[in-house]
Amino acid sequence: MQAFPHDFVLGGGAPRGREDVSAALAPRYSAEPGTRPRTVRRTWLDTFDWRLYRAGLTLEHVTSRGPGELTLTGAGGGHITERAGGLRWPALADALPAGPLRERLAELTGVRALLPVARGTSTVCSLRARNADAKTVAWLTVDQTSITSPAVADLPARLSVTPVRGYQAQADRIARRLAALPGVSPAGLAQLETALAAAGRRPGDYTGKIDVELDAAMPARLAVAAVLLRLLDSLEANADGTVRDIDTEFLHDLRVSVRRTRTALKLAGAVLPAGLAGEFRGEFKWLGDATTPTRDLDVYLLSYGGMAASLSAATPAELAPFHDYLARRRAVEQGRLVRALRSARFAGLVSKWRVSITDLAPPRRGPTAAGLAAGVLGKAHRRVLTLGGAITDDSPAESLHDLRKRCKELRYALEFFASLSDPASHREAVRDLKGLQDCLGTFQDCQVQQHEIRMIAAEMLGAGGAEATALLAMGDLAAQVARRERKARAEFAGRFADFASAASRRRFRALVAGAES
Amino acid sequence: MKVLATYNIKGGVGKTAAAVNLSHLAARDGLRVLLADLDPQAAASYLLRIKPRVKGGGAALIKGSRELDSAVKGTDFDGLDLLPSDFTFRNLDLMLDATKKPAQRLARLLRPLRSSYDLVFLDCPPGISLLSECVLHAADTVLVPLIPTTLSVRTLEQLTEFIGGLDGDRPRLLAFCSMVDRRKRLHRELVERLPAERPDVAATAVPALSLIEQMAVRRSPVTAFAPRSAAARAYARLWAEVSERAL
Repeated sequence: MQAFPHDFVLGGGAPRGREDVSAALAPRYSAEPGTRPRTVRRTWLDTFDWRLYRAGLTLEHVTSRGPGELTLTGAGGGHITERAGGLRWPALADALPAGPLRERLAELTGVRALLPVARGTSTVCSLRARNADAKTVAWLTVDQTSITSPAVADLPARLSVTPVRGYQAQADRIARRLAALPGVSPAGLAQLETALAAAGRRPGDYTGKIDVELDAAMPARLAVAAVLLRLLDSLEANADGTVRDIDTEFLHDLRVSVRRTRTALKLAGAVLPAGLAGEFRGEFKWLGDATTPTRDLDVYLLSYGGMAASLSAATPAELAPFHDYLARRRAVEQGRLVRALRSARFAGLVSKWRVSITDLAPPRRGPTAAGLAAGVLGKAHRRVLTLGGAITDDSPAESLHDLRKRCKELRYALEFFASLSDPASHREAVRDLKGLQDCLGTFQDCQVQQHEIRMIAAEMLGAGGAEATALLAMGDLAAQVARRERKARAEFAGRFADFASAASRRRFRALVAGAES
Repeated sequence: MKVLATYNIKGGVGKTAAAVNLSHLAARDGLRVLLADLDPQAAASYLLRIKPRVKGGGAALIKGSRELDSAVKGTDFDGLDLLPSDFTFRNLDLMLDATKKPAQRLARLLRPLRSSYDLVFLDCPPGISLLSECVLHAADTVLVPLIPTTLSVRTLEQLTEFIGGLDGDRPRLLAFCSMVDRRKRLHRELVERLPAERPDVAATAVPALSLIEQMAVRRSPVTAFAPRSAAARAYARLWAEVSERAL
């Protein structure tokens, strides 16, 4: 990354003309005309879950008459700029022109698309700051921006001092001189933060985590309602991105919200007003089931590259018809999912559910949040130990699937009540459980994938025109998946033994005791 | 990344003027260009208003204790950077001689710049030395400005012979007539004859014009301060020919 600019906000009394600036920089430097005022359109971009912002980065797409430029700026001001024409947002980092910027963004964003978080129009003009040799050592850029989205607002004029390469010290000196002028104050917030603040938003306002602060002494009903409301917020926040198919994580997060809601209803629904959990359980199951086919195909397609690369006898090209088949099926399933999410049933579910869990009156009697947490966590933990302990090398696959579901319930319960637990104990409990979950997850995914490969092979044959090379490649793939499944099955006993060890049980008891107290 | 060098055994033939103007035109075409001023006289650095000073001097660059990239300065032109000269560059031969495989040294030092630049221009001091050998190893194409005289043609032949005797990869050689005085019959004859007789001589000739000398007064490429002048047009034609034959 290159050297950083110094940013200032220009208030009343700040120098406006070139002569004023030049006088302020004299005698060592002068300000000369640079570029003519030009109007540019700005689009600030981030992933829906603010991965760039959380990494201390800002991505801006500036377009004028030319192809436009993408600039990634770090917290210290270092930046990478690349030309980028013909881009339409949202887009995955893979859609950007090859280069260091794409590499850095792809590493940070992964499967998440970049989408506009704010848009604006700026009038920009620049002055050259020159030294005694009349060499440009820095650019002084004045930027007057009007935000057009997510709300309309005029931002205060900003002045940036950007060093020419190799002239950082001179630019620092110039910035210091300008900072001492009346009406010039350091820009406390980045322009994006100012733009969002004008719209009443803040960067980082979405997270997939259950960031609810519970109080140990609060009634359990209110604690559960708070968790459920947070889950509903997350579900609704992801619905539009799922319908627009912006990236696969919208559906993932929506699905996780539904599963967590169903788990909360199952494990703690008894503290809600009578009949409420039962009334909605079926509807959330319907919603969860509607999301399953598309998500299963997403998992397949996301891991497709790795799978194709791991073929032993066949080539990735021979497997291409299988990929095309998966992609076609996904398009069909996505259509079904969109219809479900646009249905009156979905709209009715979320609106009725919100009304049902908002402003609940505390019961006259009942457990506290801490009491409920201890009970739910203890019970969920015992169920995992009992089910897992009964699994032998001869147990059917279904028993591992069942255990996987119970592990998920325990994991979600840990997340619901995280704010009541000691953070270190919580981290250790999650770590103990995660090792087991990873193993069970791989086993389950491999089982589903093998079943799918057989089913798709039969369908492709049935539809006619299936190439022998494609079917052979799918057989190769099935063999790879079967090997992974056997490996996961062989690892299970060890992973469960770790989870059920005396040390892990002790840690869990401490966590439950901590939540209760 | 392509590496071009402006080089001639003789001095005062228009090497630096060609390097500065062609670098400027390449950057204007959208290429990311680094001009390396290897001449201790620092004319290219002066023309671009950059102080001829490198922290640690040539020794730090040659030894690798200071990366080439960190000594680079931005010019006043988009896409054009300069590696400034330094007075210690007068001893580059001695510094190179003290390293392992000295002839390959410059090529190795330029390697880390591959992702940052599309084109590197090496502006070399005159003479035949270890530095020139280094430049010839590092360059893909050597541009040789040639004053159209009989002795200059002889020098070109010597250079061709010298390059032919180099081990390993040899650069392509592309000469062009420089500082052409149309009032002189010999100049006129050679400007006609040389490109026709030798495929390594460009069809474009750069005339001797006072505007090119004005570069030192204006401290700017003529292609920047007088882009429609005959001088700038000559360099533009030369750049078109060089980019077609050498890039």
